[in-house]
This record gives sequence, structure tokens and C-alpha cells, in this order.
Amino acid sequence: MAYSEQEILAGLAEIVSEETGLPTDSVLAEKSFTDDLDIDSLSMMTIVTLAEEKFDVRIPDDEVKNLATVGDAVSFIAGAQA
Amino acid sequence: MSHPIDVVVTGLGATTPLGGDVPSTWAAALAGESGARPFEHDWSTEYGIPVEFAATLKVKPEDVLPRPELKKMDPSAQYAIIAAREAWADAGSPDVDGTRLGAVVSSGIGGIWTTLDGWDTLREKGARRVLPMTVPMLMPNSPVAYVSLEFGAKAGAHALVSACASGAEAIGYGVDMIRAGRADVVIAGGTEATIHPMPIAAFAASRTLSLRNDDPQGASRPYDVDRDGFVIGEGAGVVVLESAAHAAARGARVYGRIAGVGLSADGYHITSPEPSGDGQIRAMNMALGESGVSAREVVHVNAHATSTVVGDLIEARSIRGVLGDDSDHVALSATKSMTGHLLGGAGALETIFTVLAVHERQAPPTINVATPDPELVLDLVRDKPRELPTGDIAALNNSFGFGGHNVALVVTSA
Repeated sequence: MAYSEQEILAGLAEIVSEETGLPTDSVLAEKSFTDDLDIDSLSMMTIVTLAEEKFDVRIPDDEVKNLATVGDAVSFIAGAQA
Repeated sequence: MSHPIDVVVTGLGATTPLGGDVPSTWAAALAGESGARPFEHDWSTEYGIPVEFAATLKVKPEDVLPRPELKKMDPSAQYAIIAAREAWADAGSPDVDGTRLGAVVSSGIGGIWTTLDGWDTLREKGARRVLPMTVPMLMPNSPVAYVSLEFGAKAGAHALVSACASGAEAIGYGVDMIRAGRADVVIAGGTEATIHPMPIAAFAASRTLSLRNDDPQGASRPYDVDRDGFVIGEGAGVVVLESAAHAAARGARVYGRIAGVGLSADGYHITSPEPSGDGQIRAMNMALGESGVSAREVVHVNAHATSTVVGDLIEARSIRGVLGDDSDHVALSATKSMTGHLLGGAGALETIFTVLAVHERQAPPTINVATPDPELVLDLVRDKPRELPTGDIAALNNSFGFGGHNVALVVTSA
């Protein structure tokens, strides 16, 4: 069963919140992982690892640098679902 | 002849089986409480582990630290950071140049929860699910690295590993950093978090753990004739060390002084202490020699005393070997009877106990000694704390570890 973009955003917000301590409602689609959420590369890889498991998708390492905002990640995960 | 640079203790922090901080831990120790309790999980049925209890933390880190910190730190680092924050605040959060601030925090075993969780994940889910933080969490320098990051300690961050002597060795190394002129202030201590079924099974396999499952709180009984091994514990102890000049300049409250550090190795056996106690005696003599304290001035010893059949007596004879007839007026305490054995955290927690004993003139009790071993040739403080003399006094804290590591620290009143 595929997740809707809204479900993916909510799930991703939970992962980011666990990792950073930011409230889930501050993890909005337009937020930049590095500039707005202050996520370093190691934390980003943690988020990718957890997101892959949660949404049962594969996010290739080459793709991670293209995921500048939360919205970018939501779109990629939505598209990557089988 | 004492060293020209005096090193004092200005802050204390801990999280232990007796309490979530130093005041509650010390109060419970003076009251003769035991931190041993049955495991929360039935590892006997699940894995056939013969031991059913341990001295687990009184206050869980989950109740103290925010989620993101819990997820980024192995429990061994969580305990260390909790203790370090308390010690730093207790010292009055000293204003010190980061390049003059050191950190030495040891663990005997390291991030074994993280190591084993990572292995479980790999086997169950494959490499793609192993978390990127696994290495920085499992490395044995992770606790000291987090302490260094938190307080901006840039004079050096070190994690000395010497099994159950690690915590005391860390404090000794911190003293040496100040004496060598490399730091003015050092955050030093030890931590351990190994109450996981694998290490419990491994310790049980080496036949070093007490199997008194019907009486967990009575199981750790150093110097009792019926002792049958140690009770594994967990937790951390951290102190703030400071040059006396630096502490005086900022008007810091001083608990006491670490006047001497003694270190030696047995070079004898991977787990058994050398029977004559030669290495232990050399460590104690070195610490006393460095401190300028005479045997007559030593009024209290916090023994390593883990409650093993052989180890306790070797140490007792070593203490008498060092102090001679002056050991007749030494109040001997074996606080592992209450805390269990914190392994890498033990030497640090027991240094805190020794500092407080000297500061408050109260030797903590040894509990569970129904019948003292007739071969014990020292005056054991049993069941209730004992008042220590007024005036200038000194105490010894011993810590020994698998591998033949011996550490002795001399603590004197401020």
C-alpha cells in the first residue's frame, strides 16, 4: 500500500523530530534540512536510513544530495514507492 | 614530599543504582541501602542465564535526557553526560579557557549495547538498516567525546581503559594533566552500561558473579564468609578536578584534595589478582609517597572489595602490608556491598565516596556482612556509617581491574 504525500510528510516529521528534538509541526515541506533544521550529514544519513525502513523505499546515496528540503524528500519517497 | 601543584576536587556528579545524583546516592549509602534488584526481563528462561538480578540505575536516563540525546548516545555515554552535567554545575560552572580544560572519562567495556544492537540489526534487516551513528556511539571514547563537546574541553579528551580500574585511572590521569601543566581544570570519571544479557552471560561464564537469586539485596557481601561473587552494577561518577590555585582564584568550594596517584600492573594473570598483592602494594605505596601522607594519617580506606572469594582477602592483606600496625585505626568500607560493581564506573564513584567521607567525616558502611571472614585483618565499618576524626585526615581509594591493573588514590581533607 502506497503512502500519500501527507502521510509521508507526517512520518518524516516524526523521524526528524526524534533526531533533532524539533517539534513535528515545525518540520514543514518548505524547510531546508541544513539551513532551517540544522541537520548535519551524519544526521541526514540517519534520517535516510530510518525513512527507508519506515516507507519501504530505497533512497540511493547519490540522490540524498538532491534532497534539499523536506518537500524534496517527500516527493522522492512518494515517487520511489513501488 | 608532595607535588608542587595541588589538585583539588570542586565538583561531584553521579548516576548510580542508589540514586540519580550524588546527594541521593550518598544519602542512600550512609543509610546502608542496596541498589540490587531483579532483572526487568526473564533472561533465565529466555537464555538460560543463571543470574537473575543486578544493581541497575535508580533513575533511568529516559527520565532525564531528551529523546535526541538518548538516540545519539550509547547508555554508557548517557550516564556519563548526566554525571558530568551534575559535577560541572556542582563546581559552579567554572569560567575556564577551553584550551585549559581537559576531559578524561573511561569505560571498562565501551558501547556494548550499541555494538550488539547494530549486530542484531545487521542480522535481522541487513546492512542498509545499520544506523550511521553506530560507530560514534560504540567507540569507547564516545562518553569522553560527548563530555568534551558539551563543555568545550580542548586541552585533551582521553579514555583510559583498564577494566574495573578505569574510573580511578581516569581521575588519576586528570590529576596528572593538571600537574603536568596541560590543564587547569579536568572533568574526570568513569561510566559503564553493560546490563545486557550477553555480557551478563559472559561474566556468569567466568564464574565471577554472585548467584544469590533468592536474595539480590544480600548478594554483594564483601568480606562476609558466605560471599560468592560480585553483583554487576551500572552507572557513572564524574568529578571536577582543579589546580588549587585556580580553585582559590575563583573562590570555589573545595571538597578535598587528590594528593597522590599510584598505578601499577601485576603482569601475572588475565583475571586473577597476583596472590602476594605485590602490584596492589606498589600502587598504594606510590600514591602515599607522592602525597607525602604517612600511614598514620590514613583513617579510611574505600576498598575495591568486589565480594569475590579470593580478591577481597588479597586486598585486605595488601592494605595491612602497606599501613602495617597503623591499619588498626583505619575504617575500612566496601561500598560495592550497596552499589554493586559498576566496573568502569566503580573507581570514579568510589573516589566520590572517599572524597565525601573525608569532607563530611563519615565513612560509609559495608552491608550484608553477617559473619566477617576470620582472615580479615582490618576494621570493617559495618551496617552504619562511622565518624572520622577531625583535623587533617587522609583516605585511600583502591581500584583494581581484570588484566592486572592497580590504581590507588590518596584523598586528603581540604
